Amino acid sequence: MKKRLAALLAWPLLAGPAMAAAPAECLVAQQQVEQAFPLPHVAAALTAKKLDVLVVGAGSSVLPGPNGGKAAYPARLQKALEELLPGVAVKVATDVNPRRTAAEMVKAIAKPLSEIRPAMLVWQTGTVDAMQSVDQDQFAQALDQGINIAHSAGADVVLVNAQYSPRTESMIALSTYIDIMRWVALQHEVPLFDRFEIMKLWADLGTFDLTGATNKLDIAARVHNCIGWLLADLVNEAAKQGRPQNEAVKPGAGN
Amino acid sequence: MAPVSTERDLRLDLFRGLALWLIFLDHIPSNAVSWITIRNYGFSDATEIFVFISGYTAAFVYGRAMDQHGFVVSSARVLKRCWQIYIAHVFLFAIYLAEIAYVAHSFDNPLYTEEMGMLDFLKEPDITILQALLLKFKPVNMDVLPLYIVLLAWFPPVLWLLRRAPSTALIASATFYSLTWWFDWNIPAWPRGTWLFNPFAWQMLFVFGAWCALGGAQRLSRWLNSPVVVTLAAFYLAFAFFIAMSWYFPRLAVFVPKIVSDIIYPIDKTNLDVLRILHFLSLAVITVWFVPRDWPALKSRVFWPAIVCGQHSLETFCLGVFLSFAGHFMFTEISNQIPMQIAVSLAGIAIMVAAAELVSWYRRVERRGPGPRPPAPTPSYAGGA
Repeated sequence: MKKRLAALLAWPLLAGPAMAAAPAECLVAQQQVEQAFPLPHVAAALTAKKLDVLVVGAGSSVLPGPNGGKAAYPARLQKALEELLPGVAVKVATDVNPRRTAAEMVKAIAKPLSEIRPAMLVWQTGTVDAMQSVDQDQFAQALDQGINIAHSAGADVVLVNAQYSPRTESMIALSTYIDIMRWVALQHEVPLFDRFEIMKLWADLGTFDLTGATNKLDIAARVHNCIGWLLADLVNEAAKQGRPQNEAVKPGAGN
Repeated sequence: MAPVSTERDLRLDLFRGLALWLIFLDHIPSNAVSWITIRNYGFSDATEIFVFISGYTAAFVYGRAMDQHGFVVSSARVLKRCWQIYIAHVFLFAIYLAEIAYVAHSFDNPLYTEEMGMLDFLKEPDITILQALLLKFKPVNMDVLPLYIVLLAWFPPVLWLLRRAPSTALIASATFYSLTWWFDWNIPAWPRGTWLFNPFAWQMLFVFGAWCALGGAQRLSRWLNSPVVVTLAAFYLAFAFFIAMSWYFPRLAVFVPKIVSDIIYPIDKTNLDVLRILHFLSLAVITVWFVPRDWPALKSRVFWPAIVCGQHSLETFCLGVFLSFAGHFMFTEISNQIPMQIAVSLAGIAIMVAAAELVSWYRRVERRGPGPRPPAPTPSYAGGA
């Protein structure tokens, strides 16, 4: 709700480009994507026309089934970036395994970072830590470490928080972990992709029914597609800020 | 040292009642109405109010019992209260189990395979239920009562010391709080982690409340009425408000210097961060400034619903936890549109008020009951501590 107010107030400030190729249902939540901080490595990669992205995540970065990988948001992010950034060679690699805490991901993060040398790390975390009630300090420290490792490997970081899951909301205490991710993102000045509030907006507005019991992939695939598109939008916008030669965008001028 | 005042301070009932409403609203996940609650506008939330006032009333009620009946009898009463709270907690746990067993059986969605792993503990109910009875397994939003149980369990010796050497007791409590931070003390939880509300840290607010009840508030009154303190409190609240706004409007975050964010984050709820204590104290200072003890409106019908809830806090709290489960259930099963959220929130508060009034009525009837028990000379803090 408070996010929605924020979105309402921020609406006039957002003069983002129309994402012509994105489905309209995704754009319902476009105003939730606020990029307060630039992504200089991504900006440099765009200038060099070659953008490598690494997605590190747990079970909510993938969908089950044989087509799960193609339908999940990392693959959709690649597709969206290719359409948004014509002429740039985009490659999205993934290191996704279910049931991993932030600390477990940090341990595994160095290898793919050094192999792929991405310009950007998209790091989805928080759900498993909340489910396991990981110590809050340890969670914050793991986030710190991961961001520092990625930065020293020459990658920008975008944090992705937990999904909004209405049915399990009263069983998983997400809010503390969402707060910590928000604070760590502010401290390190990295963008936070607020997947929780985005999905909550979709649920509140009836864009997607997230309470339905189903074993079909259709809605899940549409949700992931939109997350891919909105992430691509965030990358695109934040990278513009990071481009020092771009005089049209003044950093700190509200957008 | 005896309690200084014997007349009940209706402000305590009022603000504890309001805190119970806020806790109820905050406990319904994704409730638009919880937008009004204080946690969104600063560092502390209703838990601080609840714990402080509970400490205050516990000292008031059991301090008087200690005067009249001595240490042993009053301690026995405290422990009986502990037992009641434990039973209430186990009762709520049973309701929680019913809710999630239902979800586990009826909900399947490829989007949430990870989240559904949360229900794995249902596969080993023997361990889960045992750990819940040991207060080590505590579902979401069921952390306050176990905290309360621990705080009350060691309250008799604390109260004994508070009445003999109040300053020593307060310093001991603050020292314990500091050592807890220094050595990372906490009670282990199951399956892993520690208690969400660390009793070793939160005891300080409870003991501080008790200290205020036993004359501390009067000693502080010179400070509480000082314009300097009130101004400082107002500035601190404004600062906390701005920081809280930067969580929801990332654009504001650029105005928060890095050194400030390095100092304040993370704001630790588990261990009752100093920032949270200061925020609560500032709220208290401002409240006491604007709401004097003899404010006539306290006796008006306008505040009666909150006051009656505050006077029967355990019943109201437990009912609130149950109602927040029920409210969330209605959001997912029927509708989660804004009018529904407002209706559920208002209905929940109305039910809490009605139940508190029912308990109040029942106590009055019982007191008049068949036995030769004389009526209490002054209204007690019924269900007060």
